[in-house]
Amino acid sequence: MSRHRRTATNALQHLLLLAAILLLWEAAVRLFDVPQIVLPTPSSILQALIGLLGSSTFYRHLVVTLGEILAGFGLGAVGGTVLGVVIGLSPTMYRLLFPYVVAFETMPKVAIAPIIVVWAGYGMTSKVIITALIAFFPLLANTVMGLRSAPREQIEMLVAATASRWQVFHMVQFRHALPQIFTGLDIAIVLSVIGAIVGEFVGARAGLGYLILQYNFNFNIAGTFAVLFILSAIGIVLHWIVASLHTRIVFWVEHDALHREA
Amino acid sequence: MRDALSQTAPGPDMLAISGLTKRYAGRGGEGVLALSDVDLSIARGQFISVVGPSGCGKSTLLKILSGILERSAGEIRLDGRPMSGPDPRVGLVFQAPQLLPWLTVTENILVPARVQKLDLRAARARAAELIEMVGLTPFATSYPRELSGGMQQRVGICRALIHDPELLLMDEPFGALDAMTRETMNNELQRIWASSGKTVMLITHSIPEAVYLADRVIVMTPRPGRIVDDIAVDLPRARTLEMHNTPEFGRHVARIRRHFNSEGTLDA
Repeated sequence: MSRHRRTATNALQHLLLLAAILLLWEAAVRLFDVPQIVLPTPSSILQALIGLLGSSTFYRHLVVTLGEILAGFGLGAVGGTVLGVVIGLSPTMYRLLFPYVVAFETMPKVAIAPIIVVWAGYGMTSKVIITALIAFFPLLANTVMGLRSAPREQIEMLVAATASRWQVFHMVQFRHALPQIFTGLDIAIVLSVIGAIVGEFVGARAGLGYLILQYNFNFNIAGTFAVLFILSAIGIVLHWIVASLHTRIVFWVEHDALHREA
Repeated sequence: MRDALSQTAPGPDMLAISGLTKRYAGRGGEGVLALSDVDLSIARGQFISVVGPSGCGKSTLLKILSGILERSAGEIRLDGRPMSGPDPRVGLVFQAPQLLPWLTVTENILVPARVQKLDLRAARARAAELIEMVGLTPFATSYPRELSGGMQQRVGICRALIHDPELLLMDEPFGALDAMTRETMNNELQRIWASSGKTVMLITHSIPEAVYLADRVIVMTPRPGRIVDDIAVDLPRARTLEMHNTPEFGRHVARIRRHFNSEGTLDA
């Protein structure tokens, strides 16, 4: 009962703070007569948002960007996890491949985007590739680290019970890697949104990043802000999905910190 | 002492170790001799304890017997057949129970059965029996974090018995428990051993625990790890805690302790 009341009080506090910020923003823009093309008022952004949500072209752009985010994230996450397993389980592979991984990791993936667009064109493919490259590394690094976190004695317990290499992997090592893999997924999903938008900035014919460029070009700054809020909402929802899968699947680890964050 | 060793086993040997040697590769060329030419045989159904200070090789011996470590030389026969590597006829209990936190008590116990691809229906029935034997039936579907240390170690023992091994190896299984729980677990282990008829090798730091539980106590000393004494404990079964105070019990304990005094390793 008291916990519910506390949750309600917290929500009220958040709403009040948000209302205060928006009011202050609205008042400041009107009071100082700031031009709409520099900083639009919250009310005009809301108007733009409503207009956006009512137009069918918006949903065409939304589907393109969401498709790029999810396809890129999926490819990058699966690829990163698989290579992470290979590198994490084989000392030889670790020794041979890890230097390349580090070298590629330190390279800013955003800087590769123009080349990818040249190679794969202005369609969705180039954006999917850029997003996949960005989502790849958090999964690779976290899988390698996670696989190494399995306690030696638990592995010995299985070995003594005549377990095969594969049984040791899927019964103990991969399970122990799961918390870290989910942390990687959480990082990767947020980076995937950035990847898709950056890709669209470099060259695209559709998508929310493309829409932002269009609005900016037409000095429709309220429209740009509206798309930004939608992108932020996409990021929050995707993060929330990953976080709830995390708590549900990795149920044996305490998740206090995660809950507080979400 | 050789004579004392050979005259013990009345029945056929369950475990026969001869010339077992383990040398760890070291930085400076010749490495460390952890086990030096160990000979040991254990009769079927016998309970033996191995005591010795840290570094005497008792854990190395157990790891080689469980197949986790490779030996440098020597021969091991289990029930007449040579052993190499992990063997389904062996059950292993660790110092920390090493339960998997994402599995329930029952599923943890079933791990060796799954690894060895045994019939799971039969294994489940057996798991339920073992859980009942250690008094954990109300916790069959609980997760390890919901259990006390003593309860977790009971689960560890059930897991070591699920595939009906012939030899049960125990590596200081009660070392992490408090004194009261430890005494309870000692009695429980005695009961489990008596009802299952398994051959047991118990590694322990505690001399009273070794004497209390065992038919024979093997004494090991370090540098290099070797067996220095093999004592038949002729106290009657079933043993009770009061026996700790009898002169016979004290005599056995004193004889074992003397070895460590002479080695200057009283800390054991």
